[in-house]
Amino acid sequence: MKSKSSRNRGFLPGFGLTMGYTVIYLSLLVLIPLSVLFLKASTMSWGEFVGTILDDRVLASIRVSVVTSFLAACMNAVFGVLVAWVLARYQFVGKRFIDGIVDLPFALPTAVGGIALTSIYAENGWIGQYAAEWGIKIAYTPLGIWVALTFIGLPFVVRTVQPVLQDWDLQMEEAAATLGATRWNTFIRVILPHLLPAVITGFALAFARALGEYGSVVFISGNMPLKTEIVPLLIMTKLEQFDYAGATAIATVMLVASFIMLLIINYLQWRINKFDAAR
Amino acid sequence: MLFLILPLIAVFMEAFKQGTAVFLSAIMEEETFSAVKLTLLVAAITVPLNVTFGVAAAWAIAKFSFRGKNVLLTLIDLPFAVSPVIAGLIFVLLFGSQGIAYPWLEANDIKIIFAVPGIILATTFVTFPFVARELIPIMEAQGKDEEEAAVSLGASGWKTFLRVTLPNVKWGLLYGVILCNARAMGEFGAVSVVSGHIRGMTNTLPLHVEILYNEYQFAAAFAVATLLAALALVTLIIKSLIEWKTQRESGGEHV
Amino acid sequence: MSIEVVNITKSYKNFTALKEVSLHIPEGELVALLGPSGSGKTTLLRLIAGLEQPDTGAILFHGEDNTNRDVRERQVGFVFQHYALFRHMTIFDNIAFGLSVRSRKTRPSKQEIKERVHLLLRLVQLDGLAHRYPSQLSGGQRQRVALARALAVEPKFLLLDEPFGALDTKVRQELRRWLRHLHEKLGLTILFVTHDQEEAMELADQVVVMNEGRVEQVGSPEEIYHLPANPFVYSFLGRVNLFRGRIRDGKVRLGEAEFETEWEHNSGELPAVGYMRPHDVEIALAPGDGHFVQARIQHISPLGPIVRLDLRRLDTDELFEAELSHQRFSELHVEEKSTVFVKLNNLSFYVESPAATTPRPTFLPIQASF
Repeated sequence: MKSKSSRNRGFLPGFGLTMGYTVIYLSLLVLIPLSVLFLKASTMSWGEFVGTILDDRVLASIRVSVVTSFLAACMNAVFGVLVAWVLARYQFVGKRFIDGIVDLPFALPTAVGGIALTSIYAENGWIGQYAAEWGIKIAYTPLGIWVALTFIGLPFVVRTVQPVLQDWDLQMEEAAATLGATRWNTFIRVILPHLLPAVITGFALAFARALGEYGSVVFISGNMPLKTEIVPLLIMTKLEQFDYAGATAIATVMLVASFIMLLIINYLQWRINKFDAAR
Repeated sequence: MLFLILPLIAVFMEAFKQGTAVFLSAIMEEETFSAVKLTLLVAAITVPLNVTFGVAAAWAIAKFSFRGKNVLLTLIDLPFAVSPVIAGLIFVLLFGSQGIAYPWLEANDIKIIFAVPGIILATTFVTFPFVARELIPIMEAQGKDEEEAAVSLGASGWKTFLRVTLPNVKWGLLYGVILCNARAMGEFGAVSVVSGHIRGMTNTLPLHVEILYNEYQFAAAFAVATLLAALALVTLIIKSLIEWKTQRESGGEHV
Repeated sequence: MSIEVVNITKSYKNFTALKEVSLHIPEGELVALLGPSGSGKTTLLRLIAGLEQPDTGAILFHGEDNTNRDVRERQVGFVFQHYALFRHMTIFDNIAFGLSVRSRKTRPSKQEIKERVHLLLRLVQLDGLAHRYPSQLSGGQRQRVALARALAVEPKFLLLDEPFGALDTKVRQELRRWLRHLHEKLGLTILFVTHDQEEAMELADQVVVMNEGRVEQVGSPEEIYHLPANPFVYSFLGRVNLFRGRIRDGKVRLGEAEFETEWEHNSGELPAVGYMRPHDVEIALAPGDGHFVQARIQHISPLGPIVRLDLRRLDTDELFEAELSHQRFSELHVEEKSTVFVKLNNLSFYVESPAATTPRPTFLPIQASF
């Protein structure tokens, strides 16, 4: 006699096998290794832990990471909505090409992106030299980190906003127009509220990715402690000095932050789905 | 858009700056070869592992309803949210010289960190969600109708999967595979932590680029980078082709 | 092959889809499961097919217990509501699927499969379309492919879930006639689910009326229309007028009208409801014999061969409908706001049972004598 719950599941075969495999594989590869990090962190005393985190160099790196990631995500939110809007609303020659190229930062290995951006924004680079004339240094400054993080984060906003815009019912805009709303009013009061969950999701994804990004930043940042050192790099440095405890403490803080981001993102996704279901 | 394309152009320009000869010599170098070989090996192991997982997870999640589905989905997404450096770190903590499993590994003379198995583990971790993430929404959207029809006609579970489910998700699967592959070949942060940068031994292509770059062999670094950039381009082209093909298929169907 | 459903209960997370349902479907009949959405009819069909498992109860095919048998072994032909055609296969491959997935031992040869498929394609009048894909067919054609695919495995009986639900009226009419014809030709037991009472009446030998997970009545179309077991069946099968009144000592009073019934309970006065079809309402300009009440015409809707009147009773203010032939309507020379005499014919009375012990009210139909 099968249990009642398995009877209710329907008759398609393979649930036990695939589910079991999924859970085992997930546990072995992701859950157990991740829990080791917390296990290791728990062997440190509270004082040790806090001491590591409150170190000037660590705090400075957290500040650099959070500020540059946040500003990059902001930039992406604005720019990404613009790109998504153009791609979803207009037909033009080369649209398919542009649509494809948006994913370049996903497809391009981060190390390659890193060295390429560095060469462009260095003082003798294509863009760097013009900025230098104005007295602005991009590479090896927080500005450079911001450029790299904006580069890798752009697809997130575009790819979350674009489908919402594509499924958008033009009749709602027409309805707003028949009710006397101006185009600007329509955008602010009708389109934007509908788009907002997607924009915030994209923003959060870009932000989370930027916080953890390593490859594209190490080359352009210059890695000066207290100035242009980001958190992942600091973890790396501690590891190379065999300071496993220090690396673990910082990583734990970062991981908890990413978990929170992930929960927020999932909540937002759920909100978007609910929106769609209500239509 | 220039902002996105410029880095790609820069890679190729820098690579050929000192002429084709320098470019070719960098590519033809022994260490580049071994890096290419290792990168291919890593992808050849990682991608099938994650494809098997992705298909199994998608079947369980999309075709059945059970409690805790959302939790499972969130857990599958986890590696996306974890910084690659942390992904590497956890394996160092597990298998490294101060790691929990180290005494046992040493007793059995197994090397994971600063060796190929570590690179494979870290890469599998960071590319873990790709296939599952692509397949789950597609399989959910397609519902169970066709599978039910197949089973009611007497097809076994395996035959139903092979002949009904798989053909329906083949493009989505391919999509997931190429994304997974691109990331597997291009992963830098996580691999950097676990590899130990042993030249000719545990150097993947992205790590090789870094070493050359840090040794101020810029032309050579960019030359090797063109290989990875080409990989990215091929990935994007295949991806666009798949999108175009699936759009045409769904567009041609008037339901 | 006859089907026996014994005391089936099936519940999902938070609702019970079927409550102790029992049903007998005799061999060779064309049976409709009729009910509103959520009545459990599709669940019952899926249980019979083996696509779901019951919580309790049994399902017997020809007296043999099939409750715990796998779908694959039940040999049922199931036609899905949205057809569930394999979209990546041609029509030919779709129909051949059930045969070609058999194990090597039982699988017919390629040639046999080919012959069988073409035979079926002729049967469903789709020869020549074998190499098309489902997306290139119309809705009606897809429906017939789905039928052919189900028939290919020579099922013991056919189960159809809302077979014509997604089609437009004209195609639906044609397919109904065609299914009826197919049934006569093959002599197969066919069970289909529908929410369209006209479809059930037109096609089925037996109609099973379902509501809220229970079987309300089983009978021929004639029986369920003319002798509905309870108010639900009465009102589900066509338009209905409802008059509220009271019953005492066998006499029902509905406003000024009074009816003798065979009601023999001596339980004092009880609420009673009279149901009446609009086409049974008789309109006259002067009172005659029988139970006439006065009513005012509120609205007149000419509907081709018939005319529908919305009326308001002068004694009780109740609203009701009358349907008359166009000819009768012209004879009457009435217009909106006219007052007419109405004869209440053919009423069915239901009294909420005073002895109801079940949580659901039971209704006792009473024969009225005029």
